[in-house]
Amino acid sequence: MNTRNLISITDLSKSEILDLITTAQEFERNPNQRLLEGKVVASLFFEPSTRTRLSFETAVNRLGGRVIGFSDASTSSQSKGESLKDTIMMVSNYADLIVMRHPLMGAARYASEISKVPIINAGDGANQHPTQTMLDLYPIQQTQGRLDNLTITMVGDLKYGRTVHSLLEAMHHFKPRFNFVACDVLQMPEQYKQFCREQCIPYTETADFSADIINQSDIIYMTRVQRERFSDLMEYERVKNLYTLTASMLKDGKPTMRVLHPLPRVTEIAQDVDDTPWAYYFEQARNGLYARQAIICRALGIPVK
Amino acid sequence: MKKKELAVAALKNGIVIDHIPCASLFKVVDLLGLEHLDKSVTIGFNLDSERLGKKGIIKIADVELPKEVLNRIAVIAPRAVINIISDYEVVDKHEVTLPDELHDIVRCNNPKCISNNEPMSTRFHVVHRDPLVLRCHYCERKVDHNEITLK
Ligand SMILES: [Zn+2]
Repeated sequence: MNTRNLISITDLSKSEILDLITTAQEFERNPNQRLLEGKVVASLFFEPSTRTRLSFETAVNRLGGRVIGFSDASTSSQSKGESLKDTIMMVSNYADLIVMRHPLMGAARYASEISKVPIINAGDGANQHPTQTMLDLYPIQQTQGRLDNLTITMVGDLKYGRTVHSLLEAMHHFKPRFNFVACDVLQMPEQYKQFCREQCIPYTETADFSADIINQSDIIYMTRVQRERFSDLMEYERVKNLYTLTASMLKDGKPTMRVLHPLPRVTEIAQDVDDTPWAYYFEQARNGLYARQAIICRALGIPVK
Repeated sequence: MKKKELAVAALKNGIVIDHIPCASLFKVVDLLGLEHLDKSVTIGFNLDSERLGKKGIIKIADVELPKEVLNRIAVIAPRAVINIISDYEVVDKHEVTLPDELHDIVRCNNPKCISNNEPMSTRFHVVHRDPLVLRCHYCERKVDHNEITLK
């Protein structure tokens, strides 16, 4: 297997994560480096995700590379019944790197076993989205100056939220403390709590998004509570409001504390938070570009000075 | 090694697979592809067993099967015992051992897994042995021993 693939965040060691962050910092200082001159990157989106695709394609363009691919499987030969294997075999003849998003879990892992060129997983169904996790780690480093010994409060949908699970797994290298804030039906699944216990990571679990929790946090990681998760719409309305962050709730927060959100947000962060010094989610999205540039260069084995 | 009487008629050369739980017997037959074999195969079902109460047994004449093939049956018959017979003597006897990885033996229960949607082999990692817990190499979902389905 090609070791430069990025399929799951758990494939990365602590030092590989730190190397990617250092490279991303390089790109933040100087985003336009023509390191991909003459390279072709295939962007294969078997399901649409405009936000992720634009971020990757921008990263390739700012590095001077070229992009081929498709943004929706209905325009590709997949809709004619071509197997994933055949598509990957064909494209790996043309491109130097494949960035792929697929609705089926494990699709990227399988692709990495048959591809001649490295694969970056840009999301495989409900399974993994490792570049999003790097996008979450990078702003934590940038705002706190470190990843070690931080108190991270995760709020909202902790049950189905893929991003919180991957962030939890990635942070285990860095001695974190977690607060899990969610209503009963959206609690952190047992397997991740068990993982914390095995790794001796302290955590608290509460349904109460209290001032006390907010004030001890270094990072508040907000997630979207989706209506589809509730059979009872009244319950949804109640929960949605309970876990909405407003500027007044932050008034006694640590000055260095920052609020992150994988975006798009709906109502879980009130607009009045945007203008506070704690808001960092828009910068987080911009930083995603640097993280993805770093991931692309790692995949192609291109050193960044 | 001493000549040992087995529950069914004596075998000159071949393999006896003993201590198979009855519920798994025909799955073992399937797993080893015995119906495609042109050798004589004797299958014993519901035989008395001290260890299992009732057990199944399979005798295959004039055949040698590689260890990794025989170990596949550990997924459904973890305590099965393999007897290698040569000229009516048991020349080797051992319990099957489950490999760390299972190739194309078990089916993934997740309909959204790529392995159920492409013409490809399955691959599972053994994350716990007793009770058996597997993890799909592709979708990363865990499968408990009572949820295991063979491919
Ligand atoms: Zn699977």
